[in-house]
Amino acid sequence: MRWLRSHLVLILGLLVLVYTFIPIAIVVMMSFNQLPSEQSKIYKWNSFTFNNWLHPCADPSMCQALGRSVEIGLLATFAATVLGTLAAFALVRHQFVGRSSTNVLIFLPMAAPEIVMGSSLLALFVATGFAGQLGFGTILIAHIMFCLSFVVVTVRSRLAGLSDTLEQAAMDLYATPNQTFWRVTFPLVFPGILGAALLSFSLSFDDFIITNLNAGTTTTFPMYVWGVSRKTIPMQINVVGTVMLIISVVIVVGGEVRSRRRMRALADPHEVRADSVVAAAGARSSAGALDAV
Amino acid sequence: MSETVRKKGAIGYILLAPALLWLVLFFLIPFYSLVATSLFNADGSDFRGYTVVYEWSNYTNAIKEYYPQILRSLKYGAIATFLCLILGYILAYAIAFKSGRWKNLMLVLVIAPFFTSFLVRTLSWKLILADDGVVVNTLQFLHILGANGHLLYTPFAVVMGLTYNFLPFMVLPLFASIDKIDYRLIEASNDLYANPVVGFFKVTWPLSLPGVVSGTLLTFIPAVGDYINDQLLGNTQTRMIGNTIQSLFTEANDYPAASALSVILMLMIVALVVGYVKRAGTEDLL
Amino acid sequence: MSHLAEHTEAPAEGIATGGLELRGLTKEFATFTAVDNLDLDVPSGSFFALLGPSGCGKTTTLRMVAGLETPTAGTIRLGERDITNDKPYRRPVNTVFQNYALFPHLDIFENVAFGPRRRKTGNVDAEVNAMLELVELGNQARKKPAQLSGGQQQRVALARALINKPEVLLLDEPLGALDLKLRRQMQIELKRIQDEVDTTFIHVTHDQEEAMTMADTIAVMNAGLIEQMGAPDELYENPRTTFVANFLGQSNLISGTIRGRDGDMTSVDMQGIAVTVPQERTHAAGDRGWVGIRPEKVLIGHEGEALDAPGNTIPGGVVTDVSFVGVSTQYLVRMAWGQELQVFEQNTGRRRLFRPGDQVELSWRPVYAFLLDHDQAAAAGAQLESV
Repeated sequence: MRWLRSHLVLILGLLVLVYTFIPIAIVVMMSFNQLPSEQSKIYKWNSFTFNNWLHPCADPSMCQALGRSVEIGLLATFAATVLGTLAAFALVRHQFVGRSSTNVLIFLPMAAPEIVMGSSLLALFVATGFAGQLGFGTILIAHIMFCLSFVVVTVRSRLAGLSDTLEQAAMDLYATPNQTFWRVTFPLVFPGILGAALLSFSLSFDDFIITNLNAGTTTTFPMYVWGVSRKTIPMQINVVGTVMLIISVVIVVGGEVRSRRRMRALADPHEVRADSVVAAAGARSSAGALDAV
Repeated sequence: MSETVRKKGAIGYILLAPALLWLVLFFLIPFYSLVATSLFNADGSDFRGYTVVYEWSNYTNAIKEYYPQILRSLKYGAIATFLCLILGYILAYAIAFKSGRWKNLMLVLVIAPFFTSFLVRTLSWKLILADDGVVVNTLQFLHILGANGHLLYTPFAVVMGLTYNFLPFMVLPLFASIDKIDYRLIEASNDLYANPVVGFFKVTWPLSLPGVVSGTLLTFIPAVGDYINDQLLGNTQTRMIGNTIQSLFTEANDYPAASALSVILMLMIVALVVGYVKRAGTEDLL
Repeated sequence: MSHLAEHTEAPAEGIATGGLELRGLTKEFATFTAVDNLDLDVPSGSFFALLGPSGCGKTTTLRMVAGLETPTAGTIRLGERDITNDKPYRRPVNTVFQNYALFPHLDIFENVAFGPRRRKTGNVDAEVNAMLELVELGNQARKKPAQLSGGQQQRVALARALINKPEVLLLDEPLGALDLKLRRQMQIELKRIQDEVDTTFIHVTHDQEEAMTMADTIAVMNAGLIEQMGAPDELYENPRTTFVANFLGQSNLISGTIRGRDGDMTSVDMQGIAVTVPQERTHAAGDRGWVGIRPEKVLIGHEGEALDAPGNTIPGGVVTDVSFVGVSTQYLVRMAWGQELQVFEQNTGRRRLFRPGDQVELSWRPVYAFLLDHDQAAAAGAQLESV
């Protein structure tokens, strides 16, 4: 009973965690599901099969939509990451007028409801006469727009955490400003830029509301799922969902493992032994004294 | 010794320009178009100019006709946000203080599910809450739900979907805030005779408020404007403002009304954000 | 400036420095002046310490020499060359930063190789290896900074700077982050290395013991100005301002009126007692002054006990506090005029310690006393704690 009380919060926390995983477990499970018939509209477990995994593109329009999403994702990520990184540098390292307004302008897309952003873009395209040309281009424009803010925030926080003492040290060591940037600043900001790019891609890939309003006849993966949600749902969408999950978990866990491995090197047993032996020998002559450090 | 001294000169503007330009062109100006479409003659355009006719009737009509949806969206959004706050706080607290060396792993586990497609995982809820599913059966067994009770296609399902999908938006800011709290403060409060409950309300909760506020904002705002959860998990009685705007745009092609509703929604949000900014300043936004 | 501070005199003609020369160096920020019209000469090849409390401007001065801060006015010359406006990467000056500033994304080898690689000098690999051997980190070359201990990081920072054979090496409180024992060892090490490479070291610190241990010359800085500059023992035994007297070690400062200056002694009426102070240690203008005497120079004895200091006996003291510090005992003695004087006596075991309430008399040999200007604050430079 006492054990329960003292661990209550942890148990509750784990329960919440389980809650977040149940739908995912179902996605994975359903990727192995066999629908009773081609036309079945009921979304329910039927029987086990590897079929969905073996024939992921059974519905060619799904794979087409998937391809579209990846294309747009990559392009939007590239553009948003470049533009956003430049802006982050400006925010952290440079002086300019109108800082407050800029902060608000960058913040708003993160807080504005997607329906408003999507519909306003649609209104713009209609008003400027592009109503008949909705498609790949307009989707791309929209995606870059809403990814920008997230890139700026991510890179900015990484950059702000970088002490400029390191850059001063580089200049003290004969590096010109150009060399300082490429050899010290950029490598240290890069993890932030990478994270921003990954975030950007997943936002773009998964977007529905804004995309749907501005897509015209082009179809992305989320639009495809929406389309089939009222009809027969091919289980292959769960295959895609599972694959996405696996890829992202691998990336994130991989990064985690790498940093843990580096932490472990700090506690290298060989190091520890050497240090303690030498510390004991600390009181000797100055030549020997250096070994104690 | 030195804090970052920002460099002066034109280069700051040059770096900032592309991103800002993009946002102005594709965020601010569209919003103007939205307002214009809702207020002015909808036959106009940015090229030919709008006939400046203040069609306030678009707004009054929209509110008159759709206020149930507006209120409903606010209600569902509020309930979902509240549930997210409870669940999210427990989770954030557990990860921050009770997870020891598993902290980073647990954080990953919190975020991981949300890398699956939003739509695909919302579909899973269809299965979970299905009439012949485990959940409904159990609840019927416990007589919490009547023999003919449904969970799917009810407001309950919509709110459940909203809560589930926006949970990370609450957990992450909350975690960031709670993690910063020095646990020794809580220990100090215990040393000064506060039991855990009192300690929570007097120490932990006040210190975590910034995270609570930003988590609440980041959850409530998208929740109110969402329509996917409602479309997939609700019924015709649960239509939210998002659905309405969506269908007005794509089905009824009633751009003025749709725009008016969008503007109303945006104004409500801006009011919230302004209220927040007045208290906390703009640097904390990002 | 409200207190008296002396600018360092320019060196006498004929002494070649070839070293670092600061003239009229000033740095003003929006709300205050960090460095105020500083003149300084650092002899080439010496170990020079810039000593002072936090905020006195020593780090700002250092950064101006490094080129990381632009002076508001004044010049910096290195030998023949005016480097005042040179960028840091164009100066033959290197810095060991307070928190080492090692590049976290590069391993030790690349950190040390950074400077040579930028300058594209000779055989980088061989030089780096030689330098790592010098600081005894040869087998850690491929580790990242985060994997090393504080002391090791310190040595990497040093190696990274020294490998460029700078004309001047600047050290910004480099030992601050180390624990006591380590710090002592590193002080000795730095001195040894400086001897070996024969480069001018400028060491900025707030720790007066550290400065006195390591430096050939110390400049005591206060509020943007140099109070006094000279060899450690000179500064310690013959301080010219109350700030220096209190900042280096501790001093008793007793108010007195100057009676006359004859020969090589100044006579002072100190609270009714006639004492003398050597002329060369008299730094008071006007007719009043602070008689200064270091606590370890004060002799303490029972009333009437014969002390080794004829002529300078001050009776009427009562012991108010006794602190046994192992090596010595520190007494606080309240004198007849109300002031408490500090007396440090080495625990030679010759006689038992005094106890609070004991009646004692104090004495010191006149050659150890000094006289400071009465306009200066008696508490200037006194620190709350020592080491």
